[in-house]
Amino acid sequence: MINMKLNGLGVTVEEGMTILEVANFYGFPIPTLCHMEGLSPYGACRLCVVEVGDGPRARLVTSCTSRAEEGMIVRTASNRVMKARMMILELLLASCPQSKIIQDLASKYQVRQQRFRQEHEDCIMCGLCVRMCEEQMMAKAIGFRGRGEKRSLGTPFDIKSEECRLCGGCIYVCPACQLRCTYTDPDKAICGGCANIHPPCYLKDKFDDMMCYMDPCVACEIKRD
Amino acid sequence: MTEVKDISGLCSTCNFAPNCIYRQGREGPIQYCEMFAEIIEQHTGAQGGLIATLEEIQARYGYLHPEALKMVAEKSGRSLVDVYGVATFYRAFSLKPRGKHLVSVCLGTACHVRGGPAIAQELERQLKISAGQTTPDNEFTLETVNCLGACALGPIIVIDGHYFSKVKTSMVADILHRAKTGLDRVEIITDQRIFPIEVGCARCNHSLMDPRHPIDGHPSIRVTVAFDQKHGWLALSGLYGSYNSDSEYDIPSDSEVQFFCPHCHAELIGGANCSECGAPMVPMIVRGGGIVQICSRRGCKGHMLDLSGALIF
Repeated sequence: MINMKLNGLGVTVEEGMTILEVANFYGFPIPTLCHMEGLSPYGACRLCVVEVGDGPRARLVTSCTSRAEEGMIVRTASNRVMKARMMILELLLASCPQSKIIQDLASKYQVRQQRFRQEHEDCIMCGLCVRMCEEQMMAKAIGFRGRGEKRSLGTPFDIKSEECRLCGGCIYVCPACQLRCTYTDPDKAICGGCANIHPPCYLKDKFDDMMCYMDPCVACEIKRD
Repeated sequence: MTEVKDISGLCSTCNFAPNCIYRQGREGPIQYCEMFAEIIEQHTGAQGGLIATLEEIQARYGYLHPEALKMVAEKSGRSLVDVYGVATFYRAFSLKPRGKHLVSVCLGTACHVRGGPAIAQELERQLKISAGQTTPDNEFTLETVNCLGACALGPIIVIDGHYFSKVKTSMVADILHRAKTGLDRVEIITDQRIFPIEVGCARCNHSLMDPRHPIDGHPSIRVTVAFDQKHGWLALSGLYGSYNSDSEYDIPSDSEVQFFCPHCHAELIGGANCSECGAPMVPMIVRGGGIVQICSRRGCKGHMLDLSGALIF
C-alpha cells in the first residue's frame, strides 16, 4: 500500500494504480478523452493533467499514464491545472468544433472563448479507435499513417482492410465523431453509411460513402461545403 | 500465384530481364523476387528488424511496393498497419517508384538564405515536376531535404550520392546533364557513409586538398606519384568511399605506385601493408584528427580510416 496526498487529503492506495484511478476512486473528477477502461493508457489528449509535487518543483503530468508513488503530492484542480486544461480544451475545440463531447467538456470547464481558427478536423489523434481495434477487437485493421502535420488515421493504402470486420468499434469509441452514426434511423443519419445494418446503408442512394472513419465523413460536411 | 498483376517496374533488377535468374521458367511479370524473402529472413528475429528490412527493399527496388509491404507483414508476423505506419513515417521510404536519379535539394536554413529555394525552383522548371515527384520518363526524382549537414558549402544538391556545392541557377542545367550522362555511381551502403574528408601530408602536415581540381564535386587530394620511371601528379576523390581519380599519366592497373607529398616531397609511406593485396599503404592525416590509409596498388580498394583521435566526427 502507498501513502500519498490527494488534494490535501491523505490517502492510502494500492500499488500500481494510476493517479487517474486513485482520483476517481476518491471522487475527484478528472476529465478524459483518450482514456477508456479496458484499453491501455495512451496520454494523447492531455486533458487529464494534474499537478504533482510541491512548490517550485511541481510539474504537470498526465494522470492516466503516471502511477501513484509513495509520498506523492497531487492536486487535481489547482489554478495551474485548470488553466492548462482550459487551454487544451480550447485547442481541441478549435480542431474539432463539431464534436458534442468536446463541446460539453468545454462548457463544463468554462471555456468561454475561441481564440484559434476552427479547423473542423474529424480526428483529434487520440488513438482510441486504434487501441479499440487492436486490443478489444483483435483486428489491427486501422492505425496511424505518416507523421507530423500529415499524420492520419485509417487503413493501409486507404482501401478496405482484410482484417476489418466492420464491427464499428472505432466509431463507437470516437470522441470526435460519436454522433455520426445514427444506426437504424437513416433519415437522421449523419454518418457516412454503416455496413453493420441490413441492408447496409452504404448501398442506399443516400449513403454512397465508405464508412465514415475510413473516409472524409459527413459530420464534417461543413468542411466539404 | 496464378493471378498475374501488372507490376512492371517493381523489380528493377530482374523485371523482364531475360537473364534474371529468378525469372527462369516463369510467365508474365513475377509478383516479387525471391530476394524479398531472403531479405526478410535475414532480419527476422530481431525486434528492430522491420526498418532494416524495409531499408534493404527500398535500396534494392527503389521503392516499397504494396505487395512488398504485405509480404513483410506476413513473413515477419507483424500487422500490415504497423508496417505501413513505419513505411509512411520515415521520409527515406517511398511508396511510389522513384526515378533512376534521385536529386535532393537542401532547403535547410543555411542553404535557404544562400538561395536554395531558387535552385529548387530552377530544378522544378527544368525537370517540369514539382518537389516529391518523378519525371514521366523515370529519369529523375526531385526531393527537398531539410539539411545535408554541409551548410558552409550551400546551396547544395546531391544527385545519387554526388554532392554539388555552391550551386548557382546557371549551373543546374549542366549538373542535370552530367547526372543523365552518368556520374560514376557511388555505391551507397547504409553503413558505409560517403563523406568528404580533408587530408594533409603526414610529414609536413600541409593540406593536400586541391580546390582547383574538383572530383565528385569536391576538392581533390593532390599528390605526386612515381612509377615506371614516370613522375606526375595524381588527383584522388576527396569523398571517402569514392574511388574516382585523375592523373597526368595513365597508371596501369595492378601496378604499385610511390606517393609523394607535392609540398615537402617526402614519400608518403607508413609501416603498414594492405590487408587485401599486401602492397604498402599510403598514410595521410585527416583534418580534425585521425589517419586514412589507402593501398598504393592501382585498382586495389584496400583502405583504412582510423579516426580514433578524431574531434569532429
